[in-house]
Amino acid sequence: MQHVLWLIPFLPVLGFAVLVVFGHRMGRRTIAVIGAAPAGAAAAVAIATAVSFLVAPPATHAYDQVMWTWFRIGAFAPRIAFHLDPLSLVMTLVVTFVGFLILLYSTRFMRGDEGYRRFFAYMDLFIASMLILVLAGDFLFLLVGWEGVGLSSFLLIGFWYRERANGAAARKAFIVTRVGDTALLVGLLLIFTKLGTLDIQGAMAAAQSQWAQGAAVATAAALLLMGGAIGKSAQLPLQTWLPDAMAGPTPVSALIHAATMVTAGVYLIARTHVLFELSPTARLVVAVIGAATLLYAGVSALAQNDIKRALAYSTISQIGYMFLALGVAAWSAAVFHFLTHAFFKALLFLSAGLVIKAMDEEHDIRKMGGLRRDIPVVFRLFLIGAAALSALPLVTAGFFSKDLIVDLALTSVHGGVWLWLAGVVGALLTSLYSFRLVFLVFFGERRGSAPVATRFPRLVVWPMVALAAGSVVLGWIELPVHWHGWSLFTDFMASALPVPGIRAGGLLDAIAVTLIPAIVSVAGVYLAWVLFGRRRPAVAGSLVTRPGFRWLAGAALAGWGFDRLYHVALVRPFLWLAHHGQRDWIDRLVSGIAGPAAALGGLLRRTQDGRLRYYLAAAALGIVVFVAVGLLR
Amino acid sequence: MTVLFYIAGAVAVIATGMVITRRKAIHALLYLVVSFLALALVFYVLGAPFVAALEVIVYAGAIMVLFLFALMLIDAGRAEEARERDWMRPRAWIVPSVLSAALLAEVVYLLARGGVPGRTAAGAAAAGGAAGVGGAAGEAAAQVKAVGIALFGPYLLGVELASILLLAGLVAAHHLTVDLDSEDGETAGAADSGAPGRTRQKGGRP
Amino acid sequence: MSAVDPVYALGLAGVLFVLGLLGVLVRRNIIFVLASIEIMVNAAGLAFLAAGARWGQADGQVMFVFILAMAAAEVAVGLALALRIRRRFNTLDVDDLRKLKD
Repeated sequence: MQHVLWLIPFLPVLGFAVLVVFGHRMGRRTIAVIGAAPAGAAAAVAIATAVSFLVAPPATHAYDQVMWTWFRIGAFAPRIAFHLDPLSLVMTLVVTFVGFLILLYSTRFMRGDEGYRRFFAYMDLFIASMLILVLAGDFLFLLVGWEGVGLSSFLLIGFWYRERANGAAARKAFIVTRVGDTALLVGLLLIFTKLGTLDIQGAMAAAQSQWAQGAAVATAAALLLMGGAIGKSAQLPLQTWLPDAMAGPTPVSALIHAATMVTAGVYLIARTHVLFELSPTARLVVAVIGAATLLYAGVSALAQNDIKRALAYSTISQIGYMFLALGVAAWSAAVFHFLTHAFFKALLFLSAGLVIKAMDEEHDIRKMGGLRRDIPVVFRLFLIGAAALSALPLVTAGFFSKDLIVDLALTSVHGGVWLWLAGVVGALLTSLYSFRLVFLVFFGERRGSAPVATRFPRLVVWPMVALAAGSVVLGWIELPVHWHGWSLFTDFMASALPVPGIRAGGLLDAIAVTLIPAIVSVAGVYLAWVLFGRRRPAVAGSLVTRPGFRWLAGAALAGWGFDRLYHVALVRPFLWLAHHGQRDWIDRLVSGIAGPAAALGGLLRRTQDGRLRYYLAAAALGIVVFVAVGLLR
Repeated sequence: MTVLFYIAGAVAVIATGMVITRRKAIHALLYLVVSFLALALVFYVLGAPFVAALEVIVYAGAIMVLFLFALMLIDAGRAEEARERDWMRPRAWIVPSVLSAALLAEVVYLLARGGVPGRTAAGAAAAGGAAGVGGAAGEAAAQVKAVGIALFGPYLLGVELASILLLAGLVAAHHLTVDLDSEDGETAGAADSGAPGRTRQKGGRP
Repeated sequence: MSAVDPVYALGLAGVLFVLGLLGVLVRRNIIFVLASIEIMVNAAGLAFLAAGARWGQADGQVMFVFILAMAAAEVAVGLALALRIRRRFNTLDVDDLRKLKD
């Protein structure tokens, strides 16, 4: 299956190209087929590859396919190459499979939209970019996918471009992630200048052999790459773009949050884990950022009134968990959480999309309520998603993955009590905000208008059922560490991602570590029931009505003022500078140079006056002169 | 023979001179026919009777007829004529004349200096067909044969390309004039050629 | 009885060519310009023929045939354009066709 790797990203690219070039002549049905089929075909290829990978693992634990050498500058010859190891494989499977389900859902969900073709073209481009990102064997090629993801997210967030706010959200997403991208680029240049190659595996091997443990250069490289990762993955302090990214259509949000974009940062760090192994400082920074983000976003999610924004903050929080895992060197745990998260977050977004559609584009959960009876199917699916997000023990996939992270935050040799505590508090917050949504939206009395749509087509519901199935059963491939059961996922990942060292602990520790997050998450659900479910629809919007808390809730609603801070500290000074810089002496100098050039051009323009005879006369003069020169020589 | 050449050459030059100085296009074209006929004679003297015949048939015949038809269709009136006179003031002649004179002087100097090698009688005799008109009918036939063999031998590709060129000319001329009538009503330089709503007339004029 | 010296034929070709050039430069009427171009093309053909006669080769005549074909195609397109221009801009003056400048 080695030589079909290129097909996986190529198929969506093909879908994109066909839609762009020929799409204007197609009917909706054709567009839907051409838009969704490539992702499905790519998923099929990916599954076939996975089967062959599992049945007959290659000796190097990876499939490599070199297409060609991109260009050659001296010794620098980046290749268009695909590298598929267990890490890439899991990413590819999730991206193609979840992406396909989302596209399937979109074929009906987006039916009424005038930008139907544009939507599928961009979605295909998005998926293709993400696939290039995860399959690239060379940092430069990876960057192609990375930038492609940025571009397509920009296009999709600003999909309904007629509204100014959407365009602003798209620009914000692009510019904020660009801050991280710059760091990534500098990091890659650092790697290239120090190690002399941008081939990912080669560079990692070189780093391992050339750089000492804790070397400053390794820390610098790791931190720079992490800068790129936190931009794309919306971690503190570059998280502000993600809540605004809800401006796009709901399937786009699902794709951004579940399969593509935000997980790119997690993938990047896992991919370059060698650097982070070398640098305890960078690892600690990643862990702290992850812990801080998951708490920050958890609290913020609790105060959101827009159902999609709440889910957006929950994504930030869950990615924070992944970062926490990466920070304690629990690489495979991060990827595992990515896997389960992709399923339940896509499910949640797609359900939220249906809720919004049922409520006639109403996003505000304060105006919902009691929908359990109106749209029972959506309620059940949302409930499964929320349960998985809250990591309810045993019955959900989220439990196994999140438990693994929280567990390893303490027991990993790189972990610590504080990180563990952050994880536990985060678990409480998670189940609190997830079930706040459930109770406010589906329980209680109806607070807004009646639903306008209660039945949804099969093509919309079945992909969600598949996602729900994944959200329930996927966890069982990896049992908690202390159960001493199987750990299929970690074993599978072992060739690509090293297993973290586990600190020895007593049985009591082990029980405590496993039990506490489970108890906490259940407690969170109960708390949510007490606060939001049992009664009091009047206070449903804010956490509590007391003045002090109201301020707190307002701050949390606004994402703790990060937007304001950036606006005052960065945007306004920049605009001021730009405003005052447009007529400075540099500009005048440039204009001064342009002046004579324009004058000369005006002079020369007279020779091109359109009179054919003069042109010909000039040509004749030229002949005369040249023949004369030839004769007199 | 040589005398014939000089006379024909002189006629060609004078007729050409008339072509470029006439005010009425029809006069110029008739002079042009004369010029071509004189040139055909020059070709004959140079030993190329086949080409001379072509000159008469194609240039003086076909191409001139084309010109005349175009002139007829263009339908120049007296106003044009007055304008021609205005355009042809002596001042307009100065610079082009100087340029052309310089070019001619250069060519003459080049030829006089002996820029052409081997201008001997032997070389000229080698030209074969030019030996004499009287009893040279067989030789001329051999010449034509040689041209034919060359055309369909080494120059076959060129012949094919020329045929494609002619076809392209045909298609282009047709395309440019197929809907000529429908533009009659338009004012000078108004809409561009792709103006919507314009009906495409096929089948030519009544 | 000696044959014509090809050099004189070349000279004649030069004179005709220059006259044609003069015509293109001086005249503004498209019909005259095209006729003058015909003269120039014809002069070039004469030069080929003279050279062919000088070397006793058939190639000169072959070239003339090609030039003939080229001239025929050119004049057909050229006159079609002239017709078109006349109908469109109501003029035959090449100096009026200066859209490029604006």
